[in-house]
Amino acid sequence: MLDAGKTEETLLEVNNIEVIYNHVILVLKGVSLSVPKGGITALLGGNGAGKTTTLKAISNLLHSERGEVTKGSIEYRGENVASQSPSALVERGVIQVMEGRHCFEHLTVEENLLTGAYTRKDGRAEIAKDLEMVYHYFPRLKERRKSQAGYTSGGEQQMVAMGRALMSNPETVLLDEPSMGLAPQLVEQIFEIVKSVNENEGTTFLLAEQNTNVALRFAHYGYILESGRVVMDGPAQELRENPDVKEFYLGMSEEGRKSFRDVRSYRRRKRWLS
Amino acid sequence: MPEQLLFAMEVTLNGLMAGVLYALVALGFVLIFKASGIFNFAQGMLVVFAAMTLVGVQQGQVPFAHLINTIFGTKVHDFGWTVPTFLAIIVAGAAMVFVAWIIEKYILHHLVGQPDIILFMATIGMWYFMHGFAPLMWGSEVMKLDVGLAQGLNDPVLNATEALFGYGFFLDNLDIVAAVIAAILVASLVLFSQYTKQGRAMRAVADDHQAALSVGISLRFIWVLVWSLAGVVALVAGIMWGSKSGVQISLAEVALKALPVLMLGGCTSIPGAIIGGLIIGVGEQLFEFAIGPLVGGATQAWFAYVLALIFLIFRPQGLFGEKIIERV
Repeated sequence: MLDAGKTEETLLEVNNIEVIYNHVILVLKGVSLSVPKGGITALLGGNGAGKTTTLKAISNLLHSERGEVTKGSIEYRGENVASQSPSALVERGVIQVMEGRHCFEHLTVEENLLTGAYTRKDGRAEIAKDLEMVYHYFPRLKERRKSQAGYTSGGEQQMVAMGRALMSNPETVLLDEPSMGLAPQLVEQIFEIVKSVNENEGTTFLLAEQNTNVALRFAHYGYILESGRVVMDGPAQELRENPDVKEFYLGMSEEGRKSFRDVRSYRRRKRWLS
Repeated sequence: MPEQLLFAMEVTLNGLMAGVLYALVALGFVLIFKASGIFNFAQGMLVVFAAMTLVGVQQGQVPFAHLINTIFGTKVHDFGWTVPTFLAIIVAGAAMVFVAWIIEKYILHHLVGQPDIILFMATIGMWYFMHGFAPLMWGSEVMKLDVGLAQGLNDPVLNATEALFGYGFFLDNLDIVAAVIAAILVASLVLFSQYTKQGRAMRAVADDHQAALSVGISLRFIWVLVWSLAGVVALVAGIMWGSKSGVQISLAEVALKALPVLMLGGCTSIPGAIIGGLIIGVGEQLFEFAIGPLVGGATQAWFAYVLALIFLIFRPQGLFGEKIIERV
């Protein structure tokens, strides 16, 4: 397997996990992936492929939705983190930005950002410094710092959610569907910010995204999920050029093959034969 | 000034004071509703339990004395000491924090993610549980609560108004104390929730549980915190009501008077609980004073509820309730 990102150190290692909701609904059927330090790793796939569930399994937000990891292991820096509470994980530097912008509507933009620093114990000065850092990446938020988050636009709310996560001084950010419901121009802008945070602050990103095209342009490495399984993975560059990905995720086709099922059985056959 | 007007003013003032007591109970509801979306039906029982614990500790009663005596055939009743009021209040406050912790650990924690109605049912269960448990612990006689608050008529007010209008206002000392304490309590709660880290976390949890979890806020801690605050507020309400009318299980019914206060003020607003309480208190008294004689009196029994009903139709979120932010 090729190494992605800038370093070879692996931060997060997900091993063959299975997730069941409500004791009966099997959502993930053995997902494995590894996230290298300092890289942007993309988790791709359509609706219901299991992207969000994978992220929530890592950040341990499944419990409150009656989901649980029944098999496999999740290791962060070589330590099993499957039974740690979300707040313990945030303290260790793993924070999730949830899909759909989950802001605290009645708090102001600045208060929202400050909640991100809830677990920090390194003092007001450091927190104030990071607040400036967030405003540097999201100048728009500085203008709107006193407005209630519920009254800001969709793009601004996505920025609030991301800025809030950065306020926890994270090592790894799990970013769920940052493009959801945003205009293409704004999506581009959000991804540019992810890239510059990644490059300047060295923050590691694992992002789930339906918008394969954008995600593969900004990520270093990609995993493609399909109905709870990883069906393909590789460096972003390779995935972009892979004919299957081109056809089914990037919408560029040369042949007439359009059916999803065909490719799945084709892949399955390939897997059995190899 | 005409006699009638002066009398109306006196009634208004008395209404304000009564309203403060309603507001204190409503405040406990608001705290919990804001942070967890749970309508805590058992708040009235918390008030009784807090007041009973205070009296019990103060008078050195042995908890569960009746139960112990029945099982072991002993005849324990009290330790034979009395605890200074200040200390007893602290012990009772600590007991309320302990109750909050128990409720979180054994009830709420297991119901995370369940529909609101289930949590509401759970609080009704708590009401009945405490309805039996509180007398089991402290006995079922009417207890007299005396924490040394001033009682009786307030002479300075009487004299001042006498000199000013030639008509003395009758105001109860206890009511004045209650108003002052309530004002301090509300001011500190508002400051706490607006300007501290835990207060901000509390409001964050109120807005979005999942997002609060994702930034590392411990829901369990915040819930224990708000239930503790509600317990302390219940203790204050219990002291006021208890000093006024003695402590017994039926005191829990003051909670029913807090419901219209909530509808008026809004379930999610701390100042709303206070203003709502004052409006109900004054409205009730003035209505009885002005209209009561025409309809045969006893309007206090229903006035508040009718007012709340009218409010529900025209302004369902209450006067100060959080506007439901909806983006289209």
